[in-house]
Amino acid sequence: MAKLPSQREETLGGFVVHGVPFPVSTDEEALEFLKKMAPIQIEQEYRITYLHSYGQDSPWFAALTNKRLLASRDPESGYTYANPRGHDMYSGAETKWVDITNVPAKVHAFTVCYFGSQEFLPECPFVLALIEFDGVNTLLLTRLMGVDPDAPSLDWIGMEVKPKFLRNSKLKPTDVYFTPVGE
Amino acid sequence: MRPVYAISGGVSKFAKARPDKTFQAIIKEAYDYAIADIGLDFPTFTRVVDGSVASYFSDHFTRQLMAGIMAQDYLGLCPKPGHRVEGGGATGGLCFQEAWKSIASGHMDVCVAYGFETMSHVETWKGNEFIALASDVSFDYPVGGFYSGYYAMMVTRHMKEFGTTVEQMAHVSVKNYINAFHNPYAQKSQRITIQDVRNAPMVAWPLTRLDICVMSDGAAAVILCSEEGLKKLEAAGAKIARPLVKVTGIGRGTDAMRMADRPHVDYDFFMENYATEQEKSSDETKAYYRKLWDHGTRYPGVHSFRAGRTAGNMAWKHAGIKDPLNELDFVELHDAYTSSEIQTYEDLGLCRYGEGGPFAESGKAFLPNIDYGLKLKDKPVCAVNPSGGLIACGHPVGATGLMQGVFAIWQLQGTIKKHFRDDQLQVKDAKRGAIHSHAGTGTYVTVSVLEREG
Repeated sequence: MAKLPSQREETLGGFVVHGVPFPVSTDEEALEFLKKMAPIQIEQEYRITYLHSYGQDSPWFAALTNKRLLASRDPESGYTYANPRGHDMYSGAETKWVDITNVPAKVHAFTVCYFGSQEFLPECPFVLALIEFDGVNTLLLTRLMGVDPDAPSLDWIGMEVKPKFLRNSKLKPTDVYFTPVGE
Repeated sequence: MRPVYAISGGVSKFAKARPDKTFQAIIKEAYDYAIADIGLDFPTFTRVVDGSVASYFSDHFTRQLMAGIMAQDYLGLCPKPGHRVEGGGATGGLCFQEAWKSIASGHMDVCVAYGFETMSHVETWKGNEFIALASDVSFDYPVGGFYSGYYAMMVTRHMKEFGTTVEQMAHVSVKNYINAFHNPYAQKSQRITIQDVRNAPMVAWPLTRLDICVMSDGAAAVILCSEEGLKKLEAAGAKIARPLVKVTGIGRGTDAMRMADRPHVDYDFFMENYATEQEKSSDETKAYYRKLWDHGTRYPGVHSFRAGRTAGNMAWKHAGIKDPLNELDFVELHDAYTSSEIQTYEDLGLCRYGEGGPFAESGKAFLPNIDYGLKLKDKPVCAVNPSGGLIACGHPVGATGLMQGVFAIWQLQGTIKKHFRDDQLQVKDAKRGAIHSHAGTGTYVTVSVLEREG
């Protein structure tokens, strides 16, 4: 029978500590002194790749890839959501898809982000906007291009805008963005 | 429902970072303070308390699932019942109300609500990312997920519709910072001016760094009990001050996660479903709102928090409040942004929708006898965030709503001087106050009313 290992292998890869100050003896005085010790802080990495499904909203992303902007509509009431929504929040009925690519649109609200979450820091400053569409009851969060992020103005609210689409789809909501009409 | 009393609380010092202790030990600071304040020792309280509710927002910040049970364990509360609640920024308010339910329903006689957040374990920009994951990860987060950006969009609409100004917002920051100057638990301790707020680095236009609360490490705990619980605690040796502080109103509301999905209702629907009793009873206010709607206002859109109005109306009705501005002595509300404090004045009916900006600079929400360095038109009526709010105290998310509960108890007990070692922030003869907790862009909002008996 092979001899079983009784000792963990010491490695020099990854996180290695070569010495931490500690009393040379653990007498009562030394142990009491440990109460005054500064905390040890270490780095812990945490990376994950998720397989994220757009589920019933998938056609909305497929449409962006094909340069079309869809919305969801309750078939009875006609209540229309700029964000895709499988079921209407009032009737509970399944919604139908409608094409709002060429529907007149305006800026409803906006901001310029000069700081942000880590993922988006390289893109700062960028303009976030909520867009309103004729005949659509809710808004759409998007990026607004073609305006000067160094000169934000409340006059941007109400500005007529139109959708533009990335040539190389990323299958993300940023595949569509908006610019002022006439740009 | 049985009467519920809020008898004690504790708060850890809110700080940018607390690497000296683990989250359990930080909670224990607040917990021990609450126990000591009713004159009990740890083993005695452990014997009498029936259970707990734990409050923390994000598993990401701790990189630890089931942190609630680790706190329960550290506090010596196992095997008593307990559970964790989570609802974004409103987590602490929800926790307070869940503890209230435990008592009011008769399930427990003594319940402790404790909460924490340790946000310093990641850099600020990563923290912003964690918080932004509390927005729809299919449609909102990927566009540029950033909560300060979301609130900034809301306030640009508020400014456009109602004429709210950045200076009015800055009044909120000055008030809350200067209040917090007298609060030893606050993370920030500095006196600022309107110009300081506007000259601070721009984060998300028009919000500067001083319009926005900071991330924090901290914890808070509140002890609630029934009449039976009072007897048990006092039989165990507790010294509970009279008059008692009673929870007399509970309200909650919700709204769509994607703020873009929120409705834009017409005048009649608003008046029937969302107007306060006070608004409904005033012809002048009805005419005022009719004029707003004639000019294009729709409700709530993105300028207002329907969940906040719903929670407020529910809590006021429960507590029998008709005129919150004049019937409340103070409100500790969720001012993650100066803009959201202004929006919340309106939601809670301290003023009408559209009048939050002028209300902010009027002086009505300020404390008397404190020099803010501002010329204020009106005398103080109802102090809003006398503690300094989230803007200056900090916002360790799971602790924040409970921190408001602790400060409200101390205000109503008249013990601010004892706990703050300074009585500048004591609202004179405070009889009734409200606490308001709010999650991302107004998805969950809680309002609870606390009153001094007698």
